[in-house]
Amino acid sequence: MSATREALRDLGDYIESKFGEQMDSQSLINGELVVTISCQNLLKLCKFLRDDSHCLFAQLVDICGVDFPERDKRFEVVYNLLSLKHNMRCRVKVIADADTTVPSVVAIWPSADWYEREVWDMYGVFFGEHPDLRRILTDYGFDGHPQRRDFPLTGFVELRYDEEQRRVVYEPVKLTQEFRSFDFMSPWEGMTPKLPGDEKADAETEGDKA
Amino acid sequence: MSLTEPFDRGLVTKALGGTDQDPTIKTLTMNFGPQHPAAHGVLRMVMEMDGEVIERLDPHIGLLHRGTEKLIEYKTYLQAIPYFDRLDYVAPMAQEHAFCLATERLLGLEVPLRGQYMRVLFDEISRILNHLLNVPAYALDVGAMTPMLWAFEEREKLMEFYEGVCGARLHAAFYRVGGVHQDMPALMAEKIAEWADAFPKFIDDMENMLTENRIFKQRSVDIGIISPEDALAWGLTGPVLRGSGIAWDLRKAQPYDVYDRMDFDIPIGKTGDCYSRYLVRVEEMRQSLSIIKQCLRDMPAGPVLTENTKVAPPRRGDMKRSMEALIHHFKLYTEGFHVPEGETYTAVEAPKGEFGVYLVSDGTNKPYRCKIRAPGFAHLQVMDHVCKGHMLADSVAVLGSFDVVFGEIDR
Repeated sequence: MSATREALRDLGDYIESKFGEQMDSQSLINGELVVTISCQNLLKLCKFLRDDSHCLFAQLVDICGVDFPERDKRFEVVYNLLSLKHNMRCRVKVIADADTTVPSVVAIWPSADWYEREVWDMYGVFFGEHPDLRRILTDYGFDGHPQRRDFPLTGFVELRYDEEQRRVVYEPVKLTQEFRSFDFMSPWEGMTPKLPGDEKADAETEGDKA
Repeated sequence: MSLTEPFDRGLVTKALGGTDQDPTIKTLTMNFGPQHPAAHGVLRMVMEMDGEVIERLDPHIGLLHRGTEKLIEYKTYLQAIPYFDRLDYVAPMAQEHAFCLATERLLGLEVPLRGQYMRVLFDEISRILNHLLNVPAYALDVGAMTPMLWAFEEREKLMEFYEGVCGARLHAAFYRVGGVHQDMPALMAEKIAEWADAFPKFIDDMENMLTENRIFKQRSVDIGIISPEDALAWGLTGPVLRGSGIAWDLRKAQPYDVYDRMDFDIPIGKTGDCYSRYLVRVEEMRQSLSIIKQCLRDMPAGPVLTENTKVAPPRRGDMKRSMEALIHHFKLYTEGFHVPEGETYTAVEAPKGEFGVYLVSDGTNKPYRCKIRAPGFAHLQVMDHVCKGHMLADSVAVLGSFDVVFGEIDR
């Protein structure tokens, strides 16, 4: 385990020595190498990671979007790479928002085609020069990007087969019960020494001071 | 006409009584599915055909999209596990394993040795379950009916083992963060061992029917050839990658749980066609069988679930006596446990290929983001590339050899 950590740290330093100013950061999170880079330098980095003899990340395993609405640029596009030659994984992250055009990596790894379509479908991150950027998982004519945090879990439309019109009709969602989301953020791990509503606890400590 | 020659439209035109100047055939756009027995679920493929030859193939997926990833963001870690059964419902436990490993990595949790053995044992049972569906279903796609009927009998026996440990035949929800839910009942290990002794006979019978069968070979040899370079570039994993001759298996390369203690071989194919993928799967069943036997032989006694009561529920007996245990039980099944902030990509070698979970935690009791990397998704997108220039009937064989299940592709 520590040997792979060592190898990943070396690789991270190596990438940093090659890219230096052009990349934002590289770090080891939970023993996994994460490289953050801006959109302009993404293609250069990807080509380097695929072809350099120390990297040889021949497989693009996955592209994943993550949404952080409170951030300035809300989306992260995460590329998970795998090097079969060196038996290593690497993660490349790009920060984007709804107006950013992220360059497509289809020319480098053809498998990116559907992954990028999925990120576009789910988050609305636009990929420039993608050969065929259509929706992939949602319905024909779907509106919105469902994986965004501000998209409600229940969605906006529901559909049913209408016996009279003899076709499937779309209608606004009707919830028979209000959508419930419980807030369980209680301090379970460590109870505060003071119980709620225990006025005497305060009085005692004040008494001690006095 | 052999497949290596380009399709000569002129020949067909003449055969139909036309001339070169007056083509009687033009390309035809055809719809395949979404309801088609050979589509292995709900797949719609829009094909552009030149006669019977495929010029372009565009799979339309998402007809089984249930928003699993979105739903998981609204559930606690424990509640998220059953969703993984419903992805690749042919081999459910392998998916749960990926999610449990990812969560354990974020928590920094150790799993008791017996729990690790249990997981490996049931991973391999799942692998055989999967291949027992895929191999005969592929044979059915290319015209052989009997293996399907035989294999379902064997699948039934394996699902009884599923039922024995967790009460459910298909949607197991058996793995937990920190181990598995419960130990095997008495005599279960003996039953599995008994089955494992009898099973090679079934593989031999099935191979007798298929491996040298003339019709089967005509339909699968040299069909859907994928070169090793293409297989890497397109992100193919599992038996499809190994069928193309690349010896890569996460169980060997990046072992998880007790796979590093297991002694097994990775079968690879030579030609990268549908036939080699079939052969790889058959051999994988034999290797899985050997792993199952090793698990049963070496499995130590002890707990199957971590004793850390902040993550795993207390035993029922403790709850009757200890107030602390009762509180833990209540908190675990209402609030659930909190996972420290962080992110991880953890993958397992599921029967279909690399099944990965990219988990982002914000320190609360629910995953912030849980991206599921399904092997079938990558396999299906290579269809266009592989099927170009093949006959219509071959697309069904190629699809069958990729082992697609729409639960995991559409998610």
